[in-house]
Order: sequence, then C-alpha cells, then structure tokens
Amino acid sequence: MTKDQMSELELYDYWPYHSRPKIRWPGGAKLAFWVAPNIEFYELNPPPNPFRKAWPHPFPAVPGYSIRDYGNRVGHQRQMALLDKYGIRGSISLSAALCDHHPEIIEMCLERNWEFFSHGIYNTRYTYGLSEADERAMIEDSIQTIERATGCKPAGYLAPALSHSEQTIDLFAEAGGLYTCDLFHDDQPTPVCTRSGSKFVSIPYSLELNDTIAYVVQKMEPRRYAQTIMRAFDQLLAEGDESGTVMCIPTHNYQVSCPHRIKAFEEALAYITGHSDVWVTTGREIAEYYLDHYYDDAQIFIKGESQ
Amino acid sequence: MTTDLTQYPRRRYGMDHDRYDWSMLQDREPVTWPGDKPLALWINISLQHFSLSGEEPQVVVPGALTMPYPDLRHYTLRDYGNRIGIYRVLKEIERTKAEVSFAINGALCERYPALIQTLATLPFEWLGHSWDMLSIQAGDLASDKEADWIRRTIAALERAGQRPIKGWLSPGRIQTDNTPELLALAGLEYHCDWVNDELPYRFRTHHEDLICLPSCLELDDVFVLTQNLHSEDSFEEQIYDAANTLISEARAFKSGRLLCLNFHPWLIGQPHRILTLRRILNNLLRDRANDIWNASPSQIIAASKC
Repeated sequence: MTKDQMSELELYDYWPYHSRPKIRWPGGAKLAFWVAPNIEFYELNPPPNPFRKAWPHPFPAVPGYSIRDYGNRVGHQRQMALLDKYGIRGSISLSAALCDHHPEIIEMCLERNWEFFSHGIYNTRYTYGLSEADERAMIEDSIQTIERATGCKPAGYLAPALSHSEQTIDLFAEAGGLYTCDLFHDDQPTPVCTRSGSKFVSIPYSLELNDTIAYVVQKMEPRRYAQTIMRAFDQLLAEGDESGTVMCIPTHNYQVSCPHRIKAFEEALAYITGHSDVWVTTGREIAEYYLDHYYDDAQIFIKGESQ
Repeated sequence: MTTDLTQYPRRRYGMDHDRYDWSMLQDREPVTWPGDKPLALWINISLQHFSLSGEEPQVVVPGALTMPYPDLRHYTLRDYGNRIGIYRVLKEIERTKAEVSFAINGALCERYPALIQTLATLPFEWLGHSWDMLSIQAGDLASDKEADWIRRTIAALERAGQRPIKGWLSPGRIQTDNTPELLALAGLEYHCDWVNDELPYRFRTHHEDLICLPSCLELDDVFVLTQNLHSEDSFEEQIYDAANTLISEARAFKSGRLLCLNFHPWLIGQPHRILTLRRILNNLLRDRANDIWNASPSQIIAASKC
C-alpha cells in the first residue's frame, strides 16, 4: 500500500466509485435506507471548552437551549409517530446522558426495537482539548451507559457535535465498536483502517441530507428539503442497480419535528417507502451485513488494486 | 488526567437546572379549549423602537441597526412599522375580527403617544417588550438596570393602556439569569421567551412561579423571512402545514394544541407582504373557524389549567 492512495490520517484507501465488487442487500434490495434521529442533551451551563463555544449567547443561552429542549419535550414523540407510520425503526444517535435525564424516551425507543449508537455524553461536550485517556474514558462511559440503559452495547459512533481528535475512530474501534458515522467520503460502506486492525467500517451517514444542515446552514424551505431527499433517493436507487448503495437521513427533533416542517418530511418518507428494492433498516444492520458479506472481499479487492 | 471537561455534576433525572420539571407533551393531562376546538391560536404583534443612538446592545437581536452612526437606513425602515405598517396590520385585524396581543416597547409610549392611543382604543391584551430594542436582557446586565427597564415599561404601558400588564416577551427572547425573578417581583404572571414547548407550563422563580407561554421563534416572520430568507409563499405554506399537523394531533390525542404566531409591522406591514398576512388570517380565522379558537395569551393560559 502506498501512502498516496490513502486519505489523510490514513483512515481509508482511495477507492474509485466504478468497478467495485457488487453489493446486494437482503432480499435483493438495491438501496439500504436508514433514518438516524439524533436524540441529544445540550447543557445550559457546560464547562467552557477552550476550542469551541457551546452557545452563541451569554449564559443563560435561552434561545439555543430552549429549542433543543423542545426537541425532547415535543418533537421526539412527533417524529416517532411518523416513523411508526412508515415502518421505519430509528437508529438513534444518542447523547448518553439522556439515559439519565430522560429515560422515558429510551423506554419508548426500546419498545420499538430501535437501535442506539453513541454520540458522546452531551452535545455540549466536545472532543477538543481532551487527552487521549479522557477521550477513551468518555467513549467508554457512553458505551457503558447505553448498554446499561438498553441492554445492548452500541455498535456505532458519531462524535459529539462532530468534534474529533486524531484518535477518535481508533478509540471507538478499540472499545469494541463496529462502525463510524463520522466520515462523509462515500455512498457505500467502506473498510476503515484503525491502529488495532479490527474489522471496522464506515457507514454512510449524510451531512447533506441532515435536517440541521438543511434548515440552519442552508436555510432551506421545508419542501425544498423534501425535494432534496427525494432526488438523492432517486439517484442512489438507480446507482444501486449496479451495486447496492446506502442512504441515511439524519434528523433532529428540534428541526424536522416542528409542526411546519414535518408534513414535508412525511412526503419524502412516503415516497421512499413506496418503492420496492429498498431495505429499510438500521445502521447496525447495514454494518453487520456488510462485515459478514462484503468486508473481506472489499479488503482483498482494495489491496489487489493497490499492488 | 481528568479535567472538568469530563465531570458531569448535573447528570441526573430531569433537567440540568431547576426552572421547570421535565415532561413530554403527549404524556400530560389533556387540555380542552372552549367549544372543544382542537387548536388554540395566539397571534402577537410586536411593536418596537430601534434607537438611532448608535449604542451597542449586549446581544444584537434580529432587525437591529448594523451600520455606523447614523444608521438611517435601518432606523427608518423599522420606524416605518410604527407609521405605516401597523395601520395596515390593524385593518387586517379589524377586517377578520382577529384576537391579537401587542408586545410593546415601553419607549413607544413616550415617543409616539398617538400610536399608543390608537392601540389603547382596541380591546386587546398588551405584553411588556422591554423599554426599547437596545434594552436587551442578556448576560451580565446589572440586575438593578434590568429591574428598572421592567418597572418603567410596565408603568408606561399600564398608564397609557389602562389595562394590567400580565405578560412579558423579551426582545430576542433572551433572558439574564435574573429575568424570571425580576418579572415575578414586578407582579407579572407569564413570560414567553423559552421556546421549548407547545403548551403553557409552570416555571419556577425564587419568588412566585411564572407561567411560560412558549412563543414560536421558528414561525416568527422575522425569523422565516429575514433570517431563513424564505419566500412569503413558503412562510404561508409553513403556517398551514403547522395548523394541519397540530389539528390532526389534537384529534388523535384528544387534547388541545396551540399555534403561536408573531408578526412585526415593520416587516409584514410592507406593501408587498401585507397580502401574506391577509391570506393567513383569512385561512386560519375564516376557512378553519370550526377548528381554531383564536384567543388572548391570558385566555389560553387560563384554559390550559397549567
């Protein structure tokens, strides 16, 4: 393997989108579709991180804090009812402290056999400025907290507030994780190189289809967001004919669950789930299926190409 | 080495502060609105004075002056709302017999008594909206200064309006850590700044409890039109989507729901936008009259029995 074929930080090999081994999802599906509700807890008064401010406003940051609290008080049940209606199990990107603050939400998700993956302890606690030992302890705390609350060890990780260190992915793999949502380099699962050499994959999450990016950064109108989702779906389904693709919609209950936005989101979900050839699933199931059926071949293929 | 970045002293059941109890909307006792209507509608009109003085507020709120002194372009465009926009808005209110509230900067009582006298002839509830749009209640603002803004605003509005002031909407929906205590000490009953719910709820202070009647930032005309830069037609569509969602939910859960709208005459009162307000009021108050109880904030709080 030559270094110039690797990403920086040597996370993954360069692997062009054509001529890859063909992926078929269970039942012959061409596209694996998953929805990842971020269920987060933001603190009103977190300790100041030296590299990133938690809130744009001085304490108490009522605007930012209160709308995120709305997500848990109001939005969660609204999105959950919608996902129930379309037969979608959420894959929750979970601030582990929510197990302590709002166990009722965890219970509702458990009743539906939703997946929980780790999103750190709080979304107001960043990886920046942590020693490796502190970051490892934070990741292990999140894993143990989620396992204790749900009976199942989380398989996936999305770093809190997308804050990373050079070791983040290594540390999660060493803690026994199977997949990361932190890499946005591909529309298919790909092997990720970790220092322990464990079998570990990247599962496509999406920043482009993330409701907070759409509504807060891109300032989309609700029906443009729905149109964006449906266009991405059409393209990825068509490409999945050649080799299976993955599509994720990451959501936040303080964004997509607002009453003026959920109708447009419903139109997109109705469109997607109205198609055959789609595997409506969870992040963990995609990761496990890929690891069981395609990971080894992919590694052989990548190593072969690089020689 | 463990630092305070990995210490979590408020990791516990419920909230990480003591202002209110944790609960989810659908788990609460059902709310019944008069006539068993599924949706209560609160329409607030914010009347604001943006001072030309050039003074920098602690937090810059949407609509604030941004140019070097004298920022005539923004000052006059906001002042337009008090001269022209509000009178267009009042015509639409009269035409549709809408029930609204006015959140008013206290300074307008001194500056434009003719405007305030007109508003005083109408039977609507008034809310304190701080002294002016430089009186931003944020950060380490001195408590006595904030208390003075609250006291002066309430006194000016009660004198000019000849009605009790019971509620407060802070400019920018921002508060200091003292705001709830100061509002309670001033004898107010409710505030609208924490946008974390879709029904009123009980909010603790060191004195009497307040009610929080959460306003809706996400459907505020300034937020949708000037910050998100959405079209007027999308703004309208979002309001109808919200009404439809909340009405269906109210039926499904057999409990009233609440839609809060907030308009600024300097924005919605422009000639190219007033049609949007007219359509919204027609749609909600005429076409959906069977489903919507349009009420004042105090009526909504009383009926919610929170």
